[in-house]
Amino acid sequence: MSQSRQLREMLLDQGAELHARHPDMLTGGWRQRIPLLALCAGGIGIYVMGLVTLEISPAKMFSGLGRLLDIAGLMLPPDPETWSRFLLYLGALGQTLAIAFLGTMLGAVIGCPFGFLAARNIIANRLMHLLARRSLDTVRSVDTLIWALIWINVVGLGPFAGALAIMSSDLGAFGKLVSEALEAADRKPIDGVLSAGGSRLHGIRFGMLPQVLPVLVSQLLYFFESNTRSATIIGIVGAGGIGLQLSEQIRVLEWQQVSFLILMILITVAALDWMSQRLRGAIIGRRA
Amino acid sequence: MARLVSVPPAAQLAPLLGGYSQAVAAKRRQLALGLALTAVALLISAIGAEVQPVTLWNKIGNFTSYFDRLLKLDTGARVWTDPQEWFWGLARWSRLLGETLLIAYVATLTGAVGALAGAAPASRNLMRRASVGFVVRRCLEFCRTVPDIVFALIFVAAFGLGALPGVLALAIHTTGALGKLFTEVVENIDMGPVEGVASTGGSWLAQVRFAVTPQVLSNLVSYALLRFEINVRGATVIGFVGAGGIGQDLIVAIRKFYYSDVSAMLLMIIVTVMVIDMLSARLRHRLLAAENPP
Repeated sequence: MSQSRQLREMLLDQGAELHARHPDMLTGGWRQRIPLLALCAGGIGIYVMGLVTLEISPAKMFSGLGRLLDIAGLMLPPDPETWSRFLLYLGALGQTLAIAFLGTMLGAVIGCPFGFLAARNIIANRLMHLLARRSLDTVRSVDTLIWALIWINVVGLGPFAGALAIMSSDLGAFGKLVSEALEAADRKPIDGVLSAGGSRLHGIRFGMLPQVLPVLVSQLLYFFESNTRSATIIGIVGAGGIGLQLSEQIRVLEWQQVSFLILMILITVAALDWMSQRLRGAIIGRRA
Repeated sequence: MARLVSVPPAAQLAPLLGGYSQAVAAKRRQLALGLALTAVALLISAIGAEVQPVTLWNKIGNFTSYFDRLLKLDTGARVWTDPQEWFWGLARWSRLLGETLLIAYVATLTGAVGALAGAAPASRNLMRRASVGFVVRRCLEFCRTVPDIVFALIFVAAFGLGALPGVLALAIHTTGALGKLFTEVVENIDMGPVEGVASTGGSWLAQVRFAVTPQVLSNLVSYALLRFEINVRGATVIGFVGAGGIGQDLIVAIRKFYYSDVSAMLLMIIVTVMVIDMLSARLRHRLLAAENPP
């Protein structure tokens, strides 16, 4: 401590000299900071404007918080009441997982070719890849819940609509991902295969695929994880899974059931997280 | 012609080739096993999700005709022949869309501040006491695992209909998601500058201000921007459960089959989301470029 104090005093003694030697580093001046300050002020201004426009007042906050605490009190302890209820919820959870898995796989299978079309280094035609990219963006910017509502109109209420909705919103995201992975792939292994007399197909199979595949599979696992989350809520609009039960129980204000359902979701997501982490490690480790 | 590759004699070659084919076979077996497992899982989940290929096949016409109906006005004319009729509710929808953006913005900023407050104690290199860090990390995990719309459903019950529950739901989810990312950023900093400031007698606050902040700021801002993009998407549907924004009008239009309204609102949402994605991507690239000058 005394040593650092010595250093500090030494620096303070030499302050004037240091200032003279490095004027622009030590005397920053307010003028340079004006754009940054203006940006911050603008950001806060919009924030305040948002609070006013959205009619968010402290009074509303506090009265709502009081009720929220009441609700939280009613939620404890989590309790499904009967075994048959528990089994019903378990079935719904299984359905949620099924929706997520099926949606992810379908989205990947259909999204892959689109990704190839959107990759700059595979399709040389600019118009083609611009078109593919824009349509992927369009599909991606529609939320899963909106897709669910659309698919419900086609195949009716139920989990199938949910799986199709997840497929649709995944398709855009996965296509974008595939195209980015392909564009990031190193050109040298492909050139190596070609220079050893391989055909163009050999180049893709032995030069490109080993680079891209592990990335894609591990991303697929991520998608499955995040889709499980989406699949838990897709039931809110009537597309099957545990969300249906959840929104139903919230509507009838059965808070203990609600907290039990949330607990089930949390445990499932945590378990999947753990599992996919291990799987990802195995896949990337094995191929590296 | 001289041979470029020297081939070892057959006796030496045989075990090498055998080992190679064994390794390849093992890899193939693993792959086949993985594929088989995936196929079984697919089958089980297809049964679980009540997949009806026949229904899909029979009703796929509904899908195409749905989009056909989306692009028709009540009069039966195509929507683009009469843009004024198509966008009859432009003023109201723009206001709602603006509200949606504001919800996303306020929620992102609130959540980012919350995440900052959470990331400091959650980071292992800034927080010496392990127990506090553990508790904060679990809280953040809870916030990001519960889907935002579930929070919204519960908050609507507590705060009543309106934008407030939507903002809170998105903000809490943002706190959880950004908290994790911020923690990772802060844990990966170079501790040299921190020790430097400490060695000259700087306080903890001075260490954070002069050693930590310059290292992490651009990354934090770019993550917050990314989250803003996600929150704009989330805010468009949070109205489905009555938590404000354009979602409340959209779900009514979808449920009541006001086709041209649906397509008009969807178009507005898609364009807005795309523009925001583009702007924020550009901003993020500039931020990262400023961070790592070539």
